[in-house]
Amino acid sequence: MAWAGKMLRVNLTEGTCKSEPLNMEWAHAYLGQRGLATKYLTEEIDPKVDPLSPENKMIMTTGPLTGTCASTAGRYSVVTKGALTGAIACSNSGGYFGNEMKNAGWDQIIFEGKSPKPVYLYIENDKAELLDASAHWGTSVWDTEEGIKHNHGDPQIRVASIGVSGEQGVKYACVVNDMHRAAGRSGVGTVMGSKNLKAVAIRGTLGVSVKDPKRFVQATNDGKKVLADNAVTGQGLPAMGTQVLMNVINETGALPTRNHRDNQFESANDIGAEAMAKVRETDGKANLITNAACFGCTIACGRISQIDRTHFSVAERPQYHKASGGLEYEAAWALGAATGVGDLEALTFANFVCNEQGIDPITFGATLGAAMELFEDGVLTEEQTGMSLKFGDAKALCEMALLTGKGEGFGAELGLGSKLLTEKYGRPELSMGVKGQEFPAYDGRGIQGIGLAYATSNRGACHLRGYTIASEVFGIPVKTDPLDSDGKPALVKAFQDATAAVDSSGLCVFTTFAWTLEDFAPQIDAACEGDWTAERLLEIGERIWNLERNFNNAAGFTAADDNLPERLLKDAAKTGPSEGKVNELSKMLPEYYELRGWSHAGVPTNETLSRLGL
Amino acid sequence: MHKSLSIDPGKCTGCLQCELACSLDNEGMFNPSKSRIKIFNFEDKGRFVPYTCTQCAEAWCLEACPTHAITIDRATGAKVVSDALCVGCKVCTIACPFGTINFNQDTGKVVKCDLCEGDPECAKACPTEAITYVDADWTGLEKMRASAGSADAAAQA
Ligand code: SF4
Ligand code: SF4
Repeated sequence: MAWAGKMLRVNLTEGTCKSEPLNMEWAHAYLGQRGLATKYLTEEIDPKVDPLSPENKMIMTTGPLTGTCASTAGRYSVVTKGALTGAIACSNSGGYFGNEMKNAGWDQIIFEGKSPKPVYLYIENDKAELLDASAHWGTSVWDTEEGIKHNHGDPQIRVASIGVSGEQGVKYACVVNDMHRAAGRSGVGTVMGSKNLKAVAIRGTLGVSVKDPKRFVQATNDGKKVLADNAVTGQGLPAMGTQVLMNVINETGALPTRNHRDNQFESANDIGAEAMAKVRETDGKANLITNAACFGCTIACGRISQIDRTHFSVAERPQYHKASGGLEYEAAWALGAATGVGDLEALTFANFVCNEQGIDPITFGATLGAAMELFEDGVLTEEQTGMSLKFGDAKALCEMALLTGKGEGFGAELGLGSKLLTEKYGRPELSMGVKGQEFPAYDGRGIQGIGLAYATSNRGACHLRGYTIASEVFGIPVKTDPLDSDGKPALVKAFQDATAAVDSSGLCVFTTFAWTLEDFAPQIDAACEGDWTAERLLEIGERIWNLERNFNNAAGFTAADDNLPERLLKDAAKTGPSEGKVNELSKMLPEYYELRGWSHAGVPTNETLSRLGL
Repeated sequence: MHKSLSIDPGKCTGCLQCELACSLDNEGMFNPSKSRIKIFNFEDKGRFVPYTCTQCAEAWCLEACPTHAITIDRATGAKVVSDALCVGCKVCTIACPFGTINFNQDTGKVVKCDLCEGDPECAKACPTEAITYVDADWTGLEKMRASAGSADAAAQA
């Protein structure tokens, strides 16, 4: 019930696929998806393993609610040791792929070893086989998905694949499913590429059942009503998408701009939700074509866009004239504000290319921002980069996206990520990230809690590990002052633990704008064997957080890695409400460790571990 | 008075809640592959289009069925398949010009939309009102209202 109760183990070295029963004891302790797959991974690999070696494993995993009628119940995650960070990685994606995997009767798929030649995994319910992917190697995500559907003569297959970037070892390659939904961060696609695994294609027709269907429909309907009645999930996100944030965050003085040199972007208006909906003078159409939902989602934050055909980026490239996945906020920020580019069509083009070749737009945009700073400082020259890389150059953005997507030319260097790139050129302080992963779209100087959330995130800098923006900017569930660091350690811990549980359920974290664990619990309780309360979910979340932390500690990370770049700690924000502020990390971190029950060295105490059953 | 399903693709987000509700009602589990309503994603155009049986007044499937397994539900006007009489010959699937009646390999019978005895689950589940269940004589009413509004705005301008 809810869990399919079995998983697939694919040994790529041997070329074998084997069905195994799911460890239900673990399922009850870790729920599913992020938690459960992390449990499997940490039991099965050496934390010190090279992420790109055959000894690393990669798990595609669903939650118990994936495939049900709960709102947003189409999620799956990719769990592995991250290529970008060397830390635990868990990247979550929507679209329809997760549902298909569950409908084929699998809770998760563990990939181990390395295939001697490019292959893809094809699953039709119980049947699973590795097939030759040599015809798809070297092609984009878009061509791979179409090609595989064509191979099997079945348009209803759902595909998750890597683009050329993942084959070429670009450190932040994603796994992209359904053309433009991505398990985006930490280089999970790079790990997939290192295993010579091009794609996973699934057709599932077995169905998903739950413990008490009647109670489940009632509980999920209650949940849907809460989402519909909420200002963010019922109005803001459906109407504007995540881009609803662009102006709000800019006005807060926390929109990192030009590699965090500035904290407000003068062109924010030109790249946000309103700009996407505006009718263009050139062709009388808007950038935004329609709203799109992931499987089961009653919010529908997704955007489908079409680029102006006369725009320089696509004028000679008709393959990009069709409608495809449009900008969401984090991508618009990274491709726009982080690079200083205010040209919406250029951003949309770069975003298409990120989807097409499977690169994380956050790390790509942030790394390009760092390269632009190196260029303006004269550390990088046009001879090295092949073209001028000044902040604000839309042409450079488009060209570099194409090059990085294929790992060619200077794109191969950008493919290292900002940490290795800035180290290579002797300016490591210009990498804006934590544990090797770049910041997303909120400035830790203007929003104190998110700075702590970044510093302590187990997968490197990330907003989705503890989205304190909800409280600090939107007042959900209570308003806290973004400029005040008091009370933020407790806030960060609460968000981190709750989110770890949500990420393990099969549902989308965006529901938490409206739902607390009190809204999740009855839905999980009606679907899954056992008794599920908000308290139990919170404890599971905390257990997962500590499990991830243990892995990172064993992998060699220390308290020194719970840090922010000097720029956020020493260079005050220049403008807006946050003017004069730096992030007060040193004040927050000791309190955070104490609340977590960790030593001064950031290690969970024995007492904490035994309390959580670890 | 009969009602009809009225579909407005412009409102559809592709969430598949309709397919989930349909399969739960008919199969007792969540299984979009067994739904009688289907959402087609015209990816390149950015259009999601829901499609299902429109309950023809003179139904090809009903006329074609050699075992008279398809009958009219007088209360709703739906064309309904009797599992007891259906022999799975699939002639109806050939006769239907729209493809909305299909064979189910698991049961050996054909399946189609039966309007859920007058309370369609898909329409209830749809969060965007892309599917509504309205007066069968006036499925165009909302479109007419919108057109009337814009005609009037133009006249007033
Ligand atoms: S809220 Fe957005 S990302 Fe989450 S499931 Fe819905 S459409 Fe997908
Ligand atoms: S429930 Fe409504 S919005 Fe969702 S796919 Fe069906 S018709 Fe479209």
